Amino acid sequence: MVPITYYLLLAAALFCMGMFGVLVRTNALVVFMCVELMLNAVNLTFLAFARMHGALGGGPNAVFGVGHVSAFFVIAVAAAEAAIGLAIVIAVFRSRGSVNVDDIRTMKH
Amino acid sequence: MNTELVLFGVFAVMTLVSAGLVITARSPINSAMALVSTFFFLAGIYVLLWAHTVAVMQVLVYAGAIMVLFLFVIMLLNLGEAAHRGRPTVTRILGGASAFGLLAVLAVTLGRTQALPAQMSAEVQGKFGTMAAIGESIFTTWLLPFEAVSLLLLVAMVGAVVVAKSRI
Repeated sequence: MVPITYYLLLAAALFCMGMFGVLVRTNALVVFMCVELMLNAVNLTFLAFARMHGALGGGPNAVFGVGHVSAFFVIAVAAAEAAIGLAIVIAVFRSRGSVNVDDIRTMKH
Repeated sequence: MNTELVLFGVFAVMTLVSAGLVITARSPINSAMALVSTFFFLAGIYVLLWAHTVAVMQVLVYAGAIMVLFLFVIMLLNLGEAAHRGRPTVTRILGGASAFGLLAVLAVTLGRTQALPAQMSAEVQGKFGTMAAIGESIFTTWLLPFEAVSLLLLVAMVGAVVVAKSRI
């Protein structure tokens, strides 16, 4: 039986790698992929805690599988985020001809 | 050494290697391919956590739909390898260092905790993570959030068309 701590450590490592990519990479598409990595790390944490608690402390359907339901919602929100984010990337590329986050600084003063 | 631990080790190492390739690959297409393999190995980890339904959704939605979207955008924009690496500005160095700092803090904190998987009765074990249990939960307790998510997806769909279309 693998301790839940290992899963949480893996999720922490994955989240920090995603965060590193978001803060360091310049290509907007790669930044989006790193955001997906961070969302996946969060999902892994939800599922690890769901496995840690099992169905304890809930009625027949009260909190049963709440971690799994949260992971499901995160996946749905990630799909929406990817659709909107990539549409914005396309719009920016059309108006500026670049997806480099260093070149996109109109709103920076 | 039991089988579960060996499987976890293999999947964990492969996940981290693929994630490392995502953030270090020079060409976006290589990043996307490494991301697909990250999702597949993560699905394996989910199965080890008895979340087989979420693992299937992960492969279908992430490795299937979202990655196709990414690949289409890379193809549409015709992005090659980056001509130059990003300049190492102060913000960038500080950002990278803070990611390592967060990892150190989390590793120390989590290293002190002891958490073991729950012992489940045979009845609960048979239901845990199944489509039936999750579906029942979604359509009873979490019905309103579920409908909100469907509305969110509709808004995202319309929004993506409006943003990406050149002339409406």
